[in-house]
Amino acid sequence: MTELPTKPTPPDSDLSRPYWEAAAKGELLIQGCASCNTLRHYPRLLCDQCYSDEASWAVASGRGTIHSWTVAHHAFHPAFIAELPYTIVTVDLEEGPRALGRWSGETPTIEQPVQGRFEVSDGTPELIFVPRIVG
Amino acid sequence: MPLSDKACVSGVGETVYERGSSKTAFELQIASSLKAIADAGLTPKDIDGVIPIGIVSGTAEDFIDNFGIPDLRFSALIPHGGASPAIALQTATAIVAAGICNHILITFGRSVTASANKAGARIHQMPQFHYVTEFEHPMGNNAPAQIYAPMARRHMELYGTTVAQFGAVAVAHRQHALLNDNAIMTKPITLEDHRNSRMIADPFRLFDCSLESDGGAAIVISAANRAADLRHRRVFISGVSAGHPDSPASITQRGDMTSLGLSKAAPRAFEMAGVKPEDIDVAEIYDCFTYAVIRQFEDMGFCKKGEGGPFVEGGRIGPGGALPTNTHGGLLSQAHVWGLNHIVELTRQLRGNAGRAQVKDAELGVVTGYGDMGDGGLTVMRRE
Repeated sequence: MTELPTKPTPPDSDLSRPYWEAAAKGELLIQGCASCNTLRHYPRLLCDQCYSDEASWAVASGRGTIHSWTVAHHAFHPAFIAELPYTIVTVDLEEGPRALGRWSGETPTIEQPVQGRFEVSDGTPELIFVPRIVG
Repeated sequence: MPLSDKACVSGVGETVYERGSSKTAFELQIASSLKAIADAGLTPKDIDGVIPIGIVSGTAEDFIDNFGIPDLRFSALIPHGGASPAIALQTATAIVAAGICNHILITFGRSVTASANKAGARIHQMPQFHYVTEFEHPMGNNAPAQIYAPMARRHMELYGTTVAQFGAVAVAHRQHALLNDNAIMTKPITLEDHRNSRMIADPFRLFDCSLESDGGAAIVISAANRAADLRHRRVFISGVSAGHPDSPASITQRGDMTSLGLSKAAPRAFEMAGVKPEDIDVAEIYDCFTYAVIRQFEDMGFCKKGEGGPFVEGGRIGPGGALPTNTHGGLLSQAHVWGLNHIVELTRQLRGNAGRAQVKDAELGVVTGYGDMGDGGLTVMRRE
């Protein structure tokens, strides 16, 4: 039987290992500067405000709103052919930084409230956002 | 201004643009290089500086070996994807103006037919895409169309930019391609054809996306005081600059995700040249996507931010319009050689050699670059 193509996996990185270890447990970690507390995403070596190389990590709630989105109708990697069409969302997390993830729901609208969670796909934690009812 | 009019584009060369070429990227790069050198009225051994460009490319040593260059005084690599040719113009201008060398070859070849160069395969090879490769590629954000589409969606949401305005760009580019004997696309399209073309990454349809093609393009940048008796009337680099957006390695994390490096570069280049957008006769704009053309007019100050959609409508940028744009058909309809074809076309326009697409009395033009997730450059060129 021919093997189906698998999704690309994140390259191993000392800098972001805490992010992926937490993601495997279903937690969204955002890096922060241990010196001045400025949050940043994606993980970096230095704080661009105070240049400290000391990092801390904060658990994000996964709550946010839609900043933008696209729907993939053409697969640029064979592992995604079976999932077409799929929606990718860019989310403003309530903590400040943004996250990119897959969408589960009807066509999103900008500023729509969302909730994120991790699901494992081909061994990699995938960030999935769904509509969040507010109020 | 120390750099203004110190360098000129003295030679241009292109291979046939096609799909399914049997030649390698390096062969295409060498072939276009020889054409550009001959066009300048130089010989390969006159080249004393080189900036080779492309994911698959000859090295400086390859050019020394194959041309028998006796004394290469300068070489550089520019690591900014599609913006590399435009940003290389800044480097080359500064180097010849400083007297380090006289004739710099900037050269590119591409073979998509070799699968390593297809859009989805190459992103993870490029270090500047490392955030995408780690955090987004595994979830299906694999190629420029998908990575850039949210910028366009945001622009539509904030400013009311429409699908028909994207279509106006596509139609104008195709009209220009039909005037060019070396353009891959040869059939006219209508706004309806654009709207009916298949969706790739919403809001980008097929006709919003640049071509994938095989070919090579090259230019020679010469010190202005060494080019007066070369083959063609001189085309001067009057203003040149480069710029990078905030959060350059991630569109996702960019505060204003519609912003580009060009907005920082453009004022510098116009000031250096001592001209304004309204002085420009012809524009060659890096058209990776129709949306990118709209955004770059805004960033250069041809219109206000958010007004790029109406700006490109009504025939303004097509043949015979007030600002003919991508008069060769661009990456959308001529060929994709990372925008080196735009520098070639602008040079021909300012020499008066642009054939059926010639903009009457073209004296002043701009060419832009756009690379990766928004690196950019602007060059203002004027005829002698």
